[in-house]
Amino acid sequence: MSAYFPTIGLETHAELSTNSKVFCTCSAEFGGTPNSRCCPVCSGLPGTLPVLNRKAVEYIIKAGYVMNCDISRFTKWDRKNYFYPDLPKAYQISQMPRPVCLAGKVKINVKGEEKEIRINRIHLEEDAGKLVHDDVNRISLADYNRCGVPLIEIVTEPDFHSADEVVAYLEKIMLLLQYAGICDCKMEQGSIRCDVNISIAPKGSNELGTRTELKNLNSLKAIAKAIEVEIERQEELLDNGERVIQQTRRFNEALGETTAMRSKEDAHDYRYFPDPDIPPIILTEEELDEIRSSIPELPEQRVARYVEQCGIKKQDADLIVSDKKICDFYEEAIQAYDNPKAVANYVTGELLRRKNLGEVDMDDLKFSGREFAQLVEFLQTDKISQSNAKAILGEMIANGGTPKDIADAQDLWIKEDSDLLAKTVDEIIANNPKAAEQYRSGDQKVFGFFMGQANKALKGLASPKAIQEYIKKKLSE
Amino acid sequence: MDITRAKIRDLRKALDSKQISAAELCGEYFKNIEAGDGKVQSFITVTKEKALEMAENAQKRIDSGDVSPLTGIPLAIKDNICTDGIKTTCASKMLENFIPPYNATVIEKLNAEGYVLLGKTSMDEFAMGGSTQTSAFAKTKNPYDLERVPGGSSGGSAAAVSASFAPAALGSDTGGSIRQPASFCGVTGIKPTYGRVSRYGLVAFASSLDQIGPICSDARDCAVMLNAICAHDPHDATSSRQPVPDFTEKLGQSVSGMKIAMPKEFYSDDIDDEVKTHVMNAAKTLEAQGAKLVECSIPGLKYAIPAYYLIACAEAASNLSRFDGIKYGFRGEGRTFEELIRDSRSKGFGEEVKRRILLGNYALSSGYYDAYYKKALALKQQIIKEYNAVFDLADVILTPTAPTPAYKIGAQDNDPVKMYLADICTVTVNIASLPGISTTCGYTAEGLPVGMSVIGRRFDEQTILQCADAFEQTFAPTAPAKL
Repeated sequence: MSAYFPTIGLETHAELSTNSKVFCTCSAEFGGTPNSRCCPVCSGLPGTLPVLNRKAVEYIIKAGYVMNCDISRFTKWDRKNYFYPDLPKAYQISQMPRPVCLAGKVKINVKGEEKEIRINRIHLEEDAGKLVHDDVNRISLADYNRCGVPLIEIVTEPDFHSADEVVAYLEKIMLLLQYAGICDCKMEQGSIRCDVNISIAPKGSNELGTRTELKNLNSLKAIAKAIEVEIERQEELLDNGERVIQQTRRFNEALGETTAMRSKEDAHDYRYFPDPDIPPIILTEEELDEIRSSIPELPEQRVARYVEQCGIKKQDADLIVSDKKICDFYEEAIQAYDNPKAVANYVTGELLRRKNLGEVDMDDLKFSGREFAQLVEFLQTDKISQSNAKAILGEMIANGGTPKDIADAQDLWIKEDSDLLAKTVDEIIANNPKAAEQYRSGDQKVFGFFMGQANKALKGLASPKAIQEYIKKKLSE
Repeated sequence: MDITRAKIRDLRKALDSKQISAAELCGEYFKNIEAGDGKVQSFITVTKEKALEMAENAQKRIDSGDVSPLTGIPLAIKDNICTDGIKTTCASKMLENFIPPYNATVIEKLNAEGYVLLGKTSMDEFAMGGSTQTSAFAKTKNPYDLERVPGGSSGGSAAAVSASFAPAALGSDTGGSIRQPASFCGVTGIKPTYGRVSRYGLVAFASSLDQIGPICSDARDCAVMLNAICAHDPHDATSSRQPVPDFTEKLGQSVSGMKIAMPKEFYSDDIDDEVKTHVMNAAKTLEAQGAKLVECSIPGLKYAIPAYYLIACAEAASNLSRFDGIKYGFRGEGRTFEELIRDSRSKGFGEEVKRRILLGNYALSSGYYDAYYKKALALKQQIIKEYNAVFDLADVILTPTAPTPAYKIGAQDNDPVKMYLADICTVTVNIASLPGISTTCGYTAEGLPVGMSVIGRRFDEQTILQCADAFEQTFAPTAPAKL
């Protein structure tokens, strides 16, 4: 048991999913040929001026609402001045004293326990570009495509005390941001990024220790690992009678260790001051009401609806909602086939199973929720058998196509062919006289054996119900 | 055709009546430029080829009767206003070879009118200065006395109009940079209300104070120019949505009953006696036309210079950070990017620019922000309040444009503070976002022009144009001797 108690605060940057950048009309899409998505404004040419994209303001207000923040009625932008080759104006337009959102809270659930994380503030700023280092030719090149992509920075209070809590919080806000349509939260593309401030103090102490800031964290796994190793590092320092130095540290995932980037002494003086190019904005109650009412259904509301109105198990509802792509797919399916329970069962039982095995890529799905719904409907109405349904789904995943076309092409329909059924079952009973005798003498258990044999022989060409009835009838004779 | 101090409206008539073609007209100006600009050095770039091409297009419009007030009118443009495909240097080594891939909004508007670009005029480097002697390329001289400064920072534009190298020019004014050179060069220049003219494409010095405006032969031409360039611009969030009137509307109307305030601080002992006498005489002339002179006070004037230099330098320090040698402009040497940026900026900027960047960064530094920048913003509010109070009593304010007439080149080189103090009459107009016009009200015994400024309420350019015009109608200006 450690003698120390860690305290952690997060600064999370999320890129907004607006079509255009925050201060010009360039596309804000990820990637692209270097410097193909920039203009005189976002590449900082002399004389150009920023014009605020009101859509970005709308998005950050939504973020504020989904994280239960106070929305400032008066908000303004400041310049954060520093030199770096990926920052063409040599200042970042950000917000210092008057951010759009203040004082929020987010509920998280860690191992069954509920906890509230306080949000200090959320502000709107512009992203910087990217440097590409060519080690062979020993040159660095700047790509400004990302310059001016709208970014929100969500700053928490130091309310976390373990890596698990941090991960639970990040998972929660990513879901919220995705469901509200604010950010796609693709950590691997950097559309959501996280800096971790971390300190430890002896248990029972009322004071916080000296903190370090961890940067360069690209996945939830890396974040959890980085927190663990940094806590260990700080504990070791204190155990050896040394001091933690306030500094920024980079996490090296390959080596599983954090290394110093710069100390407090090298910290920039950003010389913040109000940006004279962007007038402050005043938000009216009408505007805010309109924005608030345009927020789509959030994860918790969806779970509640599935449980209360659709009769789905809470556990399954949580599972579906935990992945927005799956959940949207599910929504589409139940629009097409009004049997939410059956669809939910097939989504959690079959689709998610295959997704977890890596067979299904939700970003590159070859069929729609509507087509999936058709498959479930065929299954529910005894038009195809369980095993053939699985085969059809496999085909849909591999090559696409509708369940009907696949069943037609491969002849996978259940046929109410009583002759074939009678002939097959009669043969099975004739070949297993001992088992038939057992059943007739009251041993119901062997019934399953006959069902299995018949299913196997009929290859899904008869419905389970018809098989069952015929076997019962035959064995009772 | 004699184009000495020709008015835009007369050139318009000459062009429309086919007395002269657009190409011939700009040819006349190039003749003057070729004869005299070697001495005056008002241009950094002369765009003769481009001008002839533009003149031909303008001529087609004139021939087809599709004429706007500036169709075929040759103009000079200050070299901090971006012109697509034409070097825009800000008179700095930093941007010596910078060719913008876009036009400033004002250039787009002039293009729509079918103007003809004569060239880009010299200025103090990045518009920082009042003498045009910090220009890295053309240290402009005063056409009235080549040993004297033309004022600045729009000294090239003012000298070009003064010497009849152009009938009118665009300048920019952050603390007097249109009005003071207009006054030194004996022409008329107006700084519109902040927000009247789009700043898009004007290389920023101090964003909250910068404003583009025209320098012309007289107030009437200024009104014509304002009609062409004032409008709300979606590319400039600080550009105003106030309706834009016809600026010529009140010209010629009597000033009878107009209340003209003369704040006593602007007539102190710091102002040259000859300058004071000419401005007071002009006031009497207006009084004789029925205007009422009102005594008043703007005590905050004593804080104007520190407040102005803190705000302007702080914004400039940030605005000029983008010149880092990475993307465009002058590039120094260095093994790391820190070294490269340091070397580029050390060598690319001149001394005055570096001085202001240091001053501005100092004022914004943590620990000093409250003492300097924040206090300067408070003073700005105080100055605005005092102007509002004066405008409760008066319609316009009349002041000298500069404490002295044009001084000898080199006279203020070693004393930046003295140079800053010379802006005392003009900076508060920018701080309070007001419109101000400077016109010539007399000549010193040595024959140097003296300028007076008429300052108006926000967005009331019409009244200051009316007042300046009323005086001009009584005054016969003397153009400098032909060069």
